[in-house]
Amino acid sequence: MDSHAAGSSSGGSGDGAAQPRRNSRKPKYSKFTQQELPACKPILTPKWVISVFVLVGVIFVPIGIVSLRASQQVVEIVDRYDDACVPAGVTDKLAYIRNDSIPKACTRNLTITKDMKQPIFVYYQLDNFYQNHRRYVKSRNDVQLRDKSKASETDNCDPEAKTVDGKPIVPCGLIAWSLFNDTYNLIRNNETLSVDKKDISWKSDRDHKFGSHVFPMNFQKGPLQGGKILDSKIPLSKQEDLIVWMRTAALPTFRKLYGRIYVDLKENDAITVQLENNYNTYSFSGKKKLVLSTATWIGGKNDFLGLAYLTVGGICFFLAFAFTLLYLIKPRKMGDNSYLSWNRATLGR
Amino acid sequence: MAGEDDGNTTNGRRRRRTRRSAVRLSKLYSYACGRRPSVADDHSVSRIGGPGFSRVVMVNAAAGEPPAAADLLQHQQQITATINSISTTKYNLFTFLPKSLFEQFRRVANIYFLLSAGIAYSPLAAYDSSSAIAPLVIVLVATMIKEAIEDWRRNQQDTEVNNRTTQVFQQGGDAAWSFRDAKWKDIRVGDIVKVHKDEFFPADLVLLSSSYEDAICYVETMNLDGETNLKLKQSLEVTSTTLPDDDSFRSFAGAVVRCEDPNAHLYTFVGNIEIDGQQHPLSPQQLLLRDSKLRNTDFVYGVVVFTGHDTKVMQNSMKVPSKRSNVEKKMDRVMYLLLFSLIVISVVSSVFFGIATGDDLQDGRMKRWYLRPDDTEIYYDPNRPAVAALLHFFTAIMLYGYFIPISLYISIEIVKLLQALFINNDIHMYHRETDTPAHARTSNLNEELGQVDTILTDKTGTLTCNSMEFIKCSIAGTAYGRGITEVERAMARRKGAPVIANPDNMDKGNNSGIQQQQHFLSSSDSEGNNNKLAVKGFNFVDERVMGGNWVNQTRSDVIEMFFRLLAVCHTCIPEVDQESGKISYEAESPDEAAFVVAARELGFTFYKRTQTGVSLRELDPSSGKQVDRSYKILNVLEFNSARKRMSVVVKNEEGKIFLFTKGADSVMFERLSGSESAYREVTQQHINEYADAGLRTLVLAYRELKEDEYAYFDRKFTAAKNSVSTDRDEKIDEAADLVERDLILLGATAVEDKLQKGVPECIDKLAQAGIKIWVLTGDKMETAINIGYACSLLRQGMKQITITLETADIIALEKVNDKAALTKASKDSVARQINEGKKLVNASSGESFALIIDGKSLTYALEDDTKDMFLDLAVGCGSVICCRSSPKQKALVTRLVKTGTGKVTLAIGDGANDVGMIQEADIGVGISGAEGMQAVMASDVSIAQFRFLERLLLVHGHWCYSRISSMICYFFYKNITFGVTLFLYDAYTSFSGQPFYNDWAMACFNVFFTSLPVIAMGVFDQDVSARFCLKFPMLYQEGPQNLLFQWRRIIGWMLNGVACAVIIFFLSTASLQHQAFRSDGEVSDMATLGATAYTCIVWAVSLQMYITVSYFTLVQHVCIWLSIALWYIFLPVYGAITPSFSTTYYMVFVEALAGAPSYWVVTLLVTAASLVPYFTYAVVKSWFFPDYHNRIQWLRHREKAKAHPDPETSADVELSQVLRQFSVRSTGVGVSARRDATAVLRHLNVDYSQSPTLGAGVVVVTTDR
Repeated sequence: MDSHAAGSSSGGSGDGAAQPRRNSRKPKYSKFTQQELPACKPILTPKWVISVFVLVGVIFVPIGIVSLRASQQVVEIVDRYDDACVPAGVTDKLAYIRNDSIPKACTRNLTITKDMKQPIFVYYQLDNFYQNHRRYVKSRNDVQLRDKSKASETDNCDPEAKTVDGKPIVPCGLIAWSLFNDTYNLIRNNETLSVDKKDISWKSDRDHKFGSHVFPMNFQKGPLQGGKILDSKIPLSKQEDLIVWMRTAALPTFRKLYGRIYVDLKENDAITVQLENNYNTYSFSGKKKLVLSTATWIGGKNDFLGLAYLTVGGICFFLAFAFTLLYLIKPRKMGDNSYLSWNRATLGR
Repeated sequence: MAGEDDGNTTNGRRRRRTRRSAVRLSKLYSYACGRRPSVADDHSVSRIGGPGFSRVVMVNAAAGEPPAAADLLQHQQQITATINSISTTKYNLFTFLPKSLFEQFRRVANIYFLLSAGIAYSPLAAYDSSSAIAPLVIVLVATMIKEAIEDWRRNQQDTEVNNRTTQVFQQGGDAAWSFRDAKWKDIRVGDIVKVHKDEFFPADLVLLSSSYEDAICYVETMNLDGETNLKLKQSLEVTSTTLPDDDSFRSFAGAVVRCEDPNAHLYTFVGNIEIDGQQHPLSPQQLLLRDSKLRNTDFVYGVVVFTGHDTKVMQNSMKVPSKRSNVEKKMDRVMYLLLFSLIVISVVSSVFFGIATGDDLQDGRMKRWYLRPDDTEIYYDPNRPAVAALLHFFTAIMLYGYFIPISLYISIEIVKLLQALFINNDIHMYHRETDTPAHARTSNLNEELGQVDTILTDKTGTLTCNSMEFIKCSIAGTAYGRGITEVERAMARRKGAPVIANPDNMDKGNNSGIQQQQHFLSSSDSEGNNNKLAVKGFNFVDERVMGGNWVNQTRSDVIEMFFRLLAVCHTCIPEVDQESGKISYEAESPDEAAFVVAARELGFTFYKRTQTGVSLRELDPSSGKQVDRSYKILNVLEFNSARKRMSVVVKNEEGKIFLFTKGADSVMFERLSGSESAYREVTQQHINEYADAGLRTLVLAYRELKEDEYAYFDRKFTAAKNSVSTDRDEKIDEAADLVERDLILLGATAVEDKLQKGVPECIDKLAQAGIKIWVLTGDKMETAINIGYACSLLRQGMKQITITLETADIIALEKVNDKAALTKASKDSVARQINEGKKLVNASSGESFALIIDGKSLTYALEDDTKDMFLDLAVGCGSVICCRSSPKQKALVTRLVKTGTGKVTLAIGDGANDVGMIQEADIGVGISGAEGMQAVMASDVSIAQFRFLERLLLVHGHWCYSRISSMICYFFYKNITFGVTLFLYDAYTSFSGQPFYNDWAMACFNVFFTSLPVIAMGVFDQDVSARFCLKFPMLYQEGPQNLLFQWRRIIGWMLNGVACAVIIFFLSTASLQHQAFRSDGEVSDMATLGATAYTCIVWAVSLQMYITVSYFTLVQHVCIWLSIALWYIFLPVYGAITPSFSTTYYMVFVEALAGAPSYWVVTLLVTAASLVPYFTYAVVKSWFFPDYHNRIQWLRHREKAKAHPDPETSADVELSQVLRQFSVRSTGVGVSARRDATAVLRHLNVDYSQSPTLGAGVVVVTTDR
């Protein structure tokens, strides 16, 4: 209470401060508002650091070994046939592949290098094929694929949206239009190995993305034929090759499931592949490969994962070792703050 | 009716008024009052009506007769339209939207986002448009809501001020004219208002009359210029005689005031008032300014001339600037860098895209036939690859936009709001006495608090409490008084003793050892507490002179005279409480009151002042009884800054004439008679000691005048007083000089300009933290220097460089009134003094300098050609004190420091006079809890006490800075990680602009999956605990030197982001390339690979937190794991929504990923691998190149490991040494520096340094807070 003039002596006048304040603005104490919540304050002590590295190493190396072993159990046979299936003497491969009048049948002989347990997966692999090109990826219309009544929804599908006379194409777009159309027929000892093409696509695609009442319409009727011609009697949800194809691949090199063989193959079995080499990869110098592979819990053959685990684990062991050495040889000196920049500065003049 | 009410309530006032009206104070004063307008003023009077002087105010226009001319009427309407309400808000209802949007788009990033939102709605869009625009809208709206709330709060404070009431002469419901309560905002120009004691003036008023008969009034202008002295104003005689009371206004015919237009000059006013056709000139003497306060006067009448924003105080204030912190400005530069790299990679991407597109169709042969290059839109047209590339550029800009963290700003806003909440709720910054917590008013400067390089502080009300206490005196060569000053207390606390004895007294060896003294002091302390500090203004403890014991002292005659002088030589007015008989005093300045109070407490009670004399109740030494004596006051030679002394000439009852003088030692010692010098030396020494302790000292002396001597003086003096020439003051000076000589020394007084609690320690801590402190005050140089000593900003042994224009030649020039010559000479003089100072500073090695400059010199020093020199000098000095500086100058100095050094400045003040600098500084801090609100309203943070600055800066500032900078770095890191994976993937799509991830998943990245942990870090992280922040103030330097937000660190984090992205992208694509990724033989496609990589990113950037954060509360853990969990919740939930919305991610997790062991194995591998580089880096950094905070973390760790929490008791010598080295640093200013200096001195002289803690010269902080 300083309401009197400066310096006036306010002798015994009662002061309001003594009374308890009813509406105090005093902040409430809580560990939260006072920023005193219990907390752990980890610090990178040698013990901690070395244990962390060792721990990571200890976990990673076994995983690496297991993964590598799994990968090595996989038997994979890859056969590149794009060049081989063009008859010798054909100089213009592009003209050859485009010429529908030439039969494209081709025979490849494979030898099984190791016993293969069923199921054996048959893939085709394309190289340098940009299924992930933005124009390509966007060139489809999901509404049309799902719903019979929305056939005319062909947004994004240009230039494969409508036929020349303006009828909507189902399925429209570049992806469907460029559907892969090589076929394989596998024969072992003159006995055809049946390739099961059922359930090669994701169930959710079949059930929810491709309608069971949607049938191909006006497909591949344009002046330029892309890939496979779909059977207009079969609904899209049953056209599993199309469904697989339309799950666009992430990278320019990709495999797609062609089918499964539920027969064990023995080492040194000779497999004859009768294939129709229809698909044009020659214009963009893409490769075509036929792949037979088994799978383990980790999937197909891929040593990389195991090796990567081993490498990371190894690095961690190395770092643990290096830091231990450093700690033993050159322990940190505490308190030597002479080189802290502001001690040199002339702040405190 | 209202008039009667008024009469009843002011009954008490009436009574006092009658008594007081006997005193016509104006007659008493020789200088301040009754001065005629000088020649210069006459000049300006003639300018009235001209440009800049066009204001015409119809006084009481509504009541009076109609104005003469139509144009006058119009003018009148115009100026009455300016209402008296003020507004300090940034926005109003109409400007809010455009203005806040503009503010938003000052941020480069937001412009970018607007642009990319525009792209999103074009066919160029890389992904879905709504998912692109949603984050921007959220961010903008949230920020605008925050702005609106903050501005609303400002508006509320304005409303409070605008709704204050005052009495205005107006027509009531019964058509009778009387003074009725009206709100400030309703006051119009021309209104007559009545302001009561201790009220603020609602607008700029021309004083008409006051409760004093001679129409004077006292005004406290602390809010305007920070001066504590009361100013005396006097109205024109013509108004005071015609308008003495309420009733007289009813018959008042009205008047016309013509005056200057609104301007910002506080000390000038030109105008005249026309009453009954007679014109009378007005001067600043009649002007009462808004925000100053009426003191010592029951009421005044005034006519409103300027209202609202026209008032001088508002003209002095500037618009609330939108401040942005340095970190944010730098962040903008980082944004530019990011934008630049974004453009670079977009260009790269476009070029490759153009080439690939052009290749697709050559001579009609399609290469990638499945893309149908023969039939494309322009965007993919192989025939025009350049155009396609150009258009693709925009797509790329949008796609890689994840480089720019859109949620950064809003996250920062959220974090800052929460940080502000912590500041507001800090119990350590709550002031119980005034019930005021700290309040961060604008939260966008939190981190700036951690980077302050220079503090510019006001003095009165900020450093000091604006109360004076009589604490010590030296009489006849003996020092009395054992009160402890705040600075001594601070030093004692640093030494570790609970309370210390005053070393000055101990040196005297007055029969007291340390223990005794301490006992005595602590007992008196507790006693003082019981009596709740018995008397305001009096803190003098010495049993030798108290309670009448002085009669037993050897020189009791001198003591008697000393006390009598204190009781007589002043201009105070006693007020006797009729009931209790208690006497209080009203004085022009608090120190004057302190003297009279001291005299009263010591037995010389001054109780009555009449026109001609004063009456005392004295203790008669011979009889030991109280006797009444009265002294006839013959003349008063008052104090002014040139004279630095005041005297009264009195005649006692025996008819003896005495001259009593008190004054500054610099003028007093030369006026002492040569013979009387027995204790002159000792007194001088005491004065030096007092001054060094920051006390305000005055030398007291007297002299007996012979009748004829007095008669001669009186003649001369009266003649001088009555002269009308311009050299009137000099004549008075001359006359005074006749008697103020050959004085007999009595002793010296020491008054403590009471520092606020904890100020010295706080300043010491701030100095330890490497923060420079400048004092900018409106006060006199002497006062400022005293406070400098009291705060330990100055100390003995520090070289003082004083720049002043109070030199003889300048004063001589001033008299000549040759403006040009004066300006030139002043300028040269200032420049010369600055140069000399610089030479001194440059020549010295390691010495501490203090720069003291006065307002006049500052005017010249701040001119364009000298200001750099001045700044150079000032920066080289340990402490800088600018005295007598106007509000504008304060702001200019602040600007100079801010722009000149480029460092962060903080201005702290409490009054309206500090508003300028508070707004100009990077951070303005207002002292709240005091009366004025202007400073608080203009400030960014308000605290109740200066000492809270320590916690505000060292703890909150450091935390906020460290948090925000870590947070921003982390933001860049995570967004670059994300953005680079997009870019790398795009390279695999022949740069076609295909995003790696699903649209909505991307849109959620910033908002849901990665923002929680980083916000938690920004809110909760503590690199060093509060205790250690205060213990190691040096840690603060990380801020001003910007170590945590330097380019190296930012780029480092960005590179970390790039590295992470590369590791994540390549490891995950290589692990899941073309082979089956499930045992069912399915291969991964774009959706599964993208989702896997996305998972890895979420894990990696979340777990990165565990390496970055150093303080893990439960909240932090929860946030980290919650955001990872959110991703795993998002994936199935989003995947379950109809495929037309979730598109590629339909069922991706449930069907494909969750059941694939390789997905989990890859996640583990990639996450761990992407963290190894930074973890390794962090270990190496923390082990071998630790930052300061790392070192403190290590110390804490080691301390804990040793189980010796208190270093003092620790047996670990090395540790305590390390601590010492860490926590204390030699600084030029502050209590520590002062103690170091005195310790060295003592060491040489006495055995005082035997005390164990002092011996080392440095002391580790002993008590943790």
